[in-house]
Amino acid sequence: MSVLSAIRTRDAAELPGKRDEAWRWTDLRGLIRQVPEPSAALDLGSLPAGPFDALADEVLVVANGQGAAHIGVEPGETKVVALRILSRGTGAHVARVSVDVEVSGRLTILESYEGEGGYLGQTGLLFSLAKDAAVERIVLAADDAEGVTVSQAEVDLAPGASFAQTLLTNGARRQRLETTVRHPGGHADLRLDGVYLLADKRHADMTTVVTHADVDGTTRQLTKGVVRDQARAVFQGKIVVAEGADRTDARMGHHALILSDRAEVDAKPELEIYADDVSCAHGNTVGALDEDALFYARQRGMPEAEARALLTEAFIGEVIDRIEHEGARDVVRAWAAERLRV
Amino acid sequence: MLSVSNLHATVDDKEILKGLTLDVPAGEVHAIMGPNGAGKSTLSYVLTGRQGYEVTQGGATLDGEDLLALEANERAAKGVFLSFQYPLEIPGVPALTFIRTALNAQKKARGEPEVTAPEFLKLARAKAAELKIDFDMLKRALNVGFSGGEKKRMEIFQMAMLSPRFLILDETDSGLDIDALRIVADGVNALRSPDRAMLVITHYQRLLDYIKPDRVHVLASGRIVASGGPELALELEREGYDKYARAA
Repeated sequence: MSVLSAIRTRDAAELPGKRDEAWRWTDLRGLIRQVPEPSAALDLGSLPAGPFDALADEVLVVANGQGAAHIGVEPGETKVVALRILSRGTGAHVARVSVDVEVSGRLTILESYEGEGGYLGQTGLLFSLAKDAAVERIVLAADDAEGVTVSQAEVDLAPGASFAQTLLTNGARRQRLETTVRHPGGHADLRLDGVYLLADKRHADMTTVVTHADVDGTTRQLTKGVVRDQARAVFQGKIVVAEGADRTDARMGHHALILSDRAEVDAKPELEIYADDVSCAHGNTVGALDEDALFYARQRGMPEAEARALLTEAFIGEVIDRIEHEGARDVVRAWAAERLRV
Repeated sequence: MLSVSNLHATVDDKEILKGLTLDVPAGEVHAIMGPNGAGKSTLSYVLTGRQGYEVTQGGATLDGEDLLALEANERAAKGVFLSFQYPLEIPGVPALTFIRTALNAQKKARGEPEVTAPEFLKLARAKAAELKIDFDMLKRALNVGFSGGEKKRMEIFQMAMLSPRFLILDETDSGLDIDALRIVADGVNALRSPDRAMLVITHYQRLLDYIKPDRVHVLASGRIVASGGPELALELEREGYDKYARAA
């Protein structure tokens, strides 16, 4: 049972729903009674530029599930690839993307989800990193308010590799961004960050599962979000440290601001530790903007909306500052600022 | 310039100000002294529009305009500035960004053109030098990790940058050593002018050696119970607040 098989078989009963523990806050089965017709192929002739085009050596487009699906990085090679996942219309589609980075290869992947319509889309990505390979993945998920999307990335790390990820989303009708990492230890380094900025009735779910299989692995995770109106955010972060995976160092933080009474944040941080000698910590806070700081800014002359925007931008800025690629950092900072000044 | 008449204000339904009347003409510096709990900070928050402070009776005007009808940021744009007793830390916002955003918001509200980045930086460098503030400190998140004295100096820096007309200094001397006190006082005195007025709220007379007031008022139990010249501050320093607290 999965989103993928539901779309392939057009059987709504295959969709995960609230009875499935991992999907209880992102119920697709209750939402979708009938899986839509397969999406039509898109004419890419008049495609507007994507958010990261100017920063990339190569731009790959996957439209309604069709198009280039493999990114390879040779040993020692360095490149920047923009990957655009487009969804248009009201049909259903699935896309597969595989990314292979060979020994000591370096890849910056700038991934954007660009949607228009009430589609149902699933994207599966497989990242395979060889020894000492390094990937920075930055995802800007700008789906339609009517769209339903699920993006599922599986990451396989070799010892000495590093994978750094920052997801940014403003949600969709229902949206899940899922990352599953097999962490081999061996001084491999993982960073999994996220930012959600949700308004209206939008929904976003950031779910991560990291399994530390062996000794000497590090994971750092920081997710921050802002929800307003009747929006709903879900954060599920799970770190498993297998027996014998000693000297694992894992830290997870999730912090949310709720800016209206009817918005909701559901958070479930989980640490499952079967090894003895580990350093693991998690922190989770959900609250409102600091009223004292707000008054301070207003006393200096900022109207309330501007003061709120400045303080919320600063709040999520901590996550954006961790992005290594400077150009992408500027793009997502501007994207976030625009969404906070409404 | 500032005229407060028979002001009553409550916090959480508890009456703190109980008929406070005060006039501060343009060009003058008035000091408000009083024991703890007299309502000194409440007065500064009521005048600047903090939420949770409810005016139940009386009023306050600035140059004849009803101050209490305005939002906090509108009062700031009219030139009201409060130097906080406990300045807030603003993580993630560099001091310069914060002050420039505030300055341009005020200018916009007054229908003036915004200040450009080069103009702003030039002004900031000059004012920072006057207040002996390391310019690099202004690139850091506002007040985060600053000492008590640095925060107070940063308040005066903001004051100098925003150039307000009516200044309220709430316990600005607390947390300052004697050198910092002199720098802060010089910064405040530099802003004295015939078209500005100041209200200096303090528990101790010390600050008034550096910022010389034209008038001194004693605030006790929510009202002004005595007013006089600078000599009143010296008397309070000698004799304490007891007789006023009892009289109130």
